[in-house]
Amino acid sequence: MNQPVELQPDETFVLNVGPQHPATHGVLRVKMEMNGEYIVHAETVVGYIHRMHEKMGEVKPYPQFLMNLSRLDYLGAMGYSHCHALCVEKAAGIEVPKRAEYIRVLMVELNRVSSHLVWLGAFIMDLGGFTPLLYTFQAREHILDMMERITGARLTYCYIRFGGVSRDIDDQFIQSARDFMPYMRKELIKYHKLITGNIIFKKRMVGMGHISPEMCRKYGASSGVARGAGINFDVRRNEPYSVYPELEFEVPVYDGCDNMSRYMVRMEEIEQSLRIVEHALDQLPDGPVMPKKAPKIIKPPAGDYYQATETARGTFGVRLVSDGSQTPYRMKLRSPTYSNMHLFDEACRGLMIMDAMAMMGTLDLVIPEIDR
Amino acid sequence: MILTLTILLAVIIAIAWAAFNAAYLVLAERRGAGVIQRRPGPNINGPFGLLQPPLDGIKLMAKQLIIPAGADRFMYISAPVLVMCPAIMSFVALPYSDWLQAQNIDVGLLMVFAFASMGTMGTIFAGWSSHNKYSLMAAMRSVSQAVAYEIPMILTALTITLMAGTTNLNAIVAQQSENFFHWNIFPLFGETHNILMPFSFLIFFICSMAETNRAPFDLGEAEGELVAGFHIEYGSMGFGLFFMGEYANIVIGATLATIFFLGGWSCPFGLFPGVWWFLIKLYAIIFTIIWIRWTFPRTTIYGLLNLSWKILIPASLVNLLLTAGLMKVF
Repeated sequence: MNQPVELQPDETFVLNVGPQHPATHGVLRVKMEMNGEYIVHAETVVGYIHRMHEKMGEVKPYPQFLMNLSRLDYLGAMGYSHCHALCVEKAAGIEVPKRAEYIRVLMVELNRVSSHLVWLGAFIMDLGGFTPLLYTFQAREHILDMMERITGARLTYCYIRFGGVSRDIDDQFIQSARDFMPYMRKELIKYHKLITGNIIFKKRMVGMGHISPEMCRKYGASSGVARGAGINFDVRRNEPYSVYPELEFEVPVYDGCDNMSRYMVRMEEIEQSLRIVEHALDQLPDGPVMPKKAPKIIKPPAGDYYQATETARGTFGVRLVSDGSQTPYRMKLRSPTYSNMHLFDEACRGLMIMDAMAMMGTLDLVIPEIDR
Repeated sequence: MILTLTILLAVIIAIAWAAFNAAYLVLAERRGAGVIQRRPGPNINGPFGLLQPPLDGIKLMAKQLIIPAGADRFMYISAPVLVMCPAIMSFVALPYSDWLQAQNIDVGLLMVFAFASMGTMGTIFAGWSSHNKYSLMAAMRSVSQAVAYEIPMILTALTITLMAGTTNLNAIVAQQSENFFHWNIFPLFGETHNILMPFSFLIFFICSMAETNRAPFDLGEAEGELVAGFHIEYGSMGFGLFFMGEYANIVIGATLATIFFLGGWSCPFGLFPGVWWFLIKLYAIIFTIIWIRWTFPRTTIYGLLNLSWKILIPASLVNLLLTAGLMKVF
């Protein structure tokens, strides 16, 4: 058993990270070819939590598929059902009342804040700092409580329906959302004091984990990954949908291409989302939240439809090919993290394992969303 | 006969003190983390969770010891012992007051450092024998870290020896006993005045944190990339010994810092010197270490080695030279 092994001068070994590993946040497996602590090549292996959501979309009638959408990304579920609803409404020609659209945006943005808060805590934990996780989860709890009262769920919402939303928001929700804004801004200042200024944190972030804009274009990366590489693209502004053209917000873009840029983009996105929520609350129109004659059976005319939205993790797209029946002929879900993750191989080559893990943290991976 | 019994008693007290500290520092750490993270921490078992450490110990002892296939059995079993035993041995030489000391050894300082260095052997044994790539990488890191930080730490201890003129820990404290201004960290009066001492204290403090694998230098057990580091394959009391050894080493580091720089058991105002003053200083340092752990992210391995080889070692060498020069001049 213990036979002497002849040493090769440039020998590498394979390190199998995952499917159960604390840094991969789920069941992602990365086969890393290592030269000492340096990564020569990394292969991401996906499919450990594949649940054939696309196929389910093709065999179920449209309304029955609604709850599947929130099982893709359990952290920012609202954005995904929003995209699907918009696509089906476009296909079937369903009018959405103004108030319902505002409420959708309100919920999506609150959900984006909560998703980014989880990312922030988990990312700092990848770097070895435990405390911020507890802080961000405390702030996130406020959002979840607020949304639970209206939507009835904390993570996997089925709130957005074809034509509107399932329940109107009430004064208590509006009040708690307004109270949340100054609280969250104060918390953000606290996070910046605790995390952003830390010297070790800066050393691990500034100039580390280079992802170039070319790489982003090649792999179709979006969200903070692309905007951290200087690509000024946000579906909410570039391909406006819903009521976003009526709302004021900025798209934070940094061109450092490093961990710090991606981190700063996400931190500022939290602020911008708060701004959108505030603005949407100010402009909230009166009226119904479902159209009077919401169709019970949805049969979009035959055709090919596509809708993209900006979710917490990037550009999510639903492509719908209808043959005029109750179920779609093809339902393609373009998940943003799937594209973001494939950057990892090219971006991590030559990095040490700890820097590669930090870089992976900034990609904001949610594995069920990759595997679908 | 009586002498043998006394020595035996002293050793038993040293072991008990080390084990007690290791067990209850885990609780203190978890409660401290709770305070920092706005949560209660373990508070269910007994008043203030005081029964948590013995219950944890019972749980660990009741667990099955699994030796992984392909492991080097002898090294695998001896590694946790090699971490814990030298730590306990170091306590024999540490004085807690002018009479509370297991053995007053003239080369106490040398003995503590000699035993402290042996702990690294346990780490490398564990990493190598576990037959696991993660633990091997962690062991590699731990060893390079231990080598890098032992040098500035011992150079700083050498500075102290130079000033005190003795390696007897008891005598080093006795020199600083008058009041706050005689402490080595801030010596304005007495024979050993030296403006470089706060600087030495900083080097020593950083090194003792790195030596004991504490955050932000806990690269040997970086769970973000190496899962649990060198003790990844250890369960049961093997893991428990690693854990206790780590905390025992923290106590040794903090005790040495108290003896070298903070005047040991002497009171800042010269009142009622005694073991209580020692304990206050000791736990203040330990609390600072806990505080740092729960506020800082982890450094990188090259950042850690650069800090030692490029900053701390040259700085401590210069410090030693300047101290010698100052002593010659004044």
